[in-house]
Amino acid sequence: MSKPKSKNEWPLWEVFIRSKAGLSHKHVGSVHAADHEMAIENARDVYTRRSEGISIWVVESNQVHANNPAEKDSLFEPADDKIYRHPTFYEIPDEVGHI
Amino acid sequence: MSKEKAFEQEFENKIENEIKIEPRDWMPEKYRENLIRQISQHAHSEVVGMLPEANWITRAPSLRRKVALLAKVQDEAGHGLYLYSATETLGARREDTVDDLHEGRAKYSNIFNYPSVTWADIGVIGWLVDGAAIQNQVMLTRTSYGPYSRAMVRICKEESFHQRQGYEIVLHMAKGTPEQKEMAQDALNRWWWPSLMMFGPSDKDSKHSQQSLAWKIKRQGNDELRQEFIDKTVPQAKYAGLTIPDPDLKWNEEKGVHDFGEIDWSEFMNVIKGNGPMNRSRIKARKAAKENGAWVREAATAYHEKKMKRAQQKQSAA
Ligand SMILES: [Fe+2]
Ligand SMILES: [Fe+2]
Repeated sequence: MSKPKSKNEWPLWEVFIRSKAGLSHKHVGSVHAADHEMAIENARDVYTRRSEGISIWVVESNQVHANNPAEKDSLFEPADDKIYRHPTFYEIPDEVGHI
Repeated sequence: MSKEKAFEQEFENKIENEIKIEPRDWMPEKYRENLIRQISQHAHSEVVGMLPEANWITRAPSLRRKVALLAKVQDEAGHGLYLYSATETLGARREDTVDDLHEGRAKYSNIFNYPSVTWADIGVIGWLVDGAAIQNQVMLTRTSYGPYSRAMVRICKEESFHQRQGYEIVLHMAKGTPEQKEMAQDALNRWWWPSLMMFGPSDKDSKHSQQSLAWKIKRQGNDELRQEFIDKTVPQAKYAGLTIPDPDLKWNEEKGVHDFGEIDWSEFMNVIKGNGPMNRSRIKARKAAKENGAWVREAATAYHEKKMKRAQQKQSAA
């Protein structure tokens, strides 16, 4: 996956956009840029040509760390058998109404 | 079961159950290669596709037409970038991908090897070429690879303006002076068959089609997409009062689709081999763009390094 970078190629940046106040930033894609300022400008031109955003985050792609997808079962498995973390696990008589 | 077999089984299950494949998931090497080939070819088409239209930006007949065409060409640049970004999630390197195009190792849509000789061509390109692209891209929003699918959703949202602005141009000319109508008809005559060829050879002759369908990279065959495009376009031509240049084109009551004439695939093969009117010029323009922009990329890198150095010096002085 990580081939040696050519001397001239600008680094890759992952782009996250907040589409409006009240929502989280969401990953939309990536751009190449020499530095973070240029990455933000490029992201604006590529991903917000129709006012799709009010805030942009850029993160150099090699700074993103992720879990190994092949081990996702053992990583997430501990949550699978804890049904008592969900409201429906608890029995409340109908007469009590919404709770 | 070997580890590899288990991974393969999981992959097949996801495809079967319409669960998208995401970048770091295990996937067969051939699936990855197939995707890189198709997505980069798609990206190159968006980028090369800017050239025939850019040819008319400075000569657009009004400011309204000019801003629309500029915005459309800018969108196509964006489409190319979304798609290159998708190939990078598969481990392809941007510069290699671009060089593959420049060195003739990668293809782009054959349609862009035809010249845009009059303003009417800009109308017909938006109407037919973007129309055919939409037909294909709507299908690809359901592709099995997550980043490709998401890029397609974005692209499809933007494409509909492209086709509408094109058809609006065609309508204006078709309802204009006799000379204007003649120009519109002439453009339709030249672009009709190449547009039908955009869907690729018939499924029975297409070597990539079967595997792509099995992996759900593609969701419909070339012939089906082509037929849908024809059925959609015929009434639009009729409304404009233009004649589709195919004497065999007629409604088939029984099948509920249009029958149409034989496509001349020898012309397609000839153009794809590099003998179209614009093949050399397109690649030359792309190479020049890369070469002439090299100093800008180097300057930006040098500027970034200088800023870093200054920041470091400031820090060690403090
Ligand atoms: Fe496009
Ligand atoms: Fe388009």
